[in-house]
Amino acid sequence: MDLIATAHGALLVVTVCQDRIDAASAIQFKERMREVTQTPSDRVLLDLSQVQFLDSSGLGAVVGVMKLLGRDRQLELVGLTPTVAKVFRLTRMDTVFTIHPTLPDGLRKAS
Amino acid sequence: MACAKPADMGMPIGPERDGVHLVITSDPLAVRAGLANLLASPLLGALNDAARGTAEIVLAEVLNNIVEHAYADISGDIQITLCNRAGGIVVDIHDQGHPFPQERLPQGTLPETCPTNGLPEGGFGWFLIRSLVQNLTYRRDKLGNHLSFILPTEADSETVSSFRPT
Repeated sequence: MDLIATAHGALLVVTVCQDRIDAASAIQFKERMREVTQTPSDRVLLDLSQVQFLDSSGLGAVVGVMKLLGRDRQLELVGLTPTVAKVFRLTRMDTVFTIHPTLPDGLRKAS
Repeated sequence: MACAKPADMGMPIGPERDGVHLVITSDPLAVRAGLANLLASPLLGALNDAARGTAEIVLAEVLNNIVEHAYADISGDIQITLCNRAGGIVVDIHDQGHPFPQERLPQGTLPETCPTNGLPEGGFGWFLIRSLVQNLTYRRDKLGNHLSFILPTEADSETVSSFRPT
């Protein structure tokens, strides 16, 4: 599971460089997220723009990451592709996460 | 791979573009490869992006569920047959693993989401399946589990609003 984490002040941007978070990769995703989020930050922005597919295991792993970050660190999502967005919408998880359509200006090149 | 194998499935399959038959082993990576195969078939490849996305979600959930539960402590094959029919794609999935508890499909209600504590990390699979397919049926016999349903092929026919658990 290829993740790239880049710190921007109080914001940690984590880009998933893989096209799916599925039953075969969900546990690995969660473990890698646990590692890369050791870098202190107030917020973690998970860039899913390269992820074309996420199943219920992947969704569970994203929720798991939110929980392991604790209440003091927000997990926000950015760049949901259509099928990924559909899974979040159907399960109402789009109401649990703050979801941004694109990375904030100034971060696009950096990540 | 894409091939017509009608006899033992009890369902006639016409030319290759109207039917797909695939057998995979009960392993998450085999499911991933199988999904790629199915999505690349002429039958699913002809769908629009939204319907293809729906097909991938549903098939992934059903197949992973079989790997994780029916074949939890054993291994075996999963047979997948897709047939093009008016109104949708008829999907039949057969495995020889354990039956569902009480030989009944899970209700598939949406897990509780309480933002203060205890966000669900699982239990979404059957909710997604039931939200996205029609005519879902399950039969257990001496040959194993038989699941069938219709995948809608219309643009974005999420049936979530009409699904109410009984």
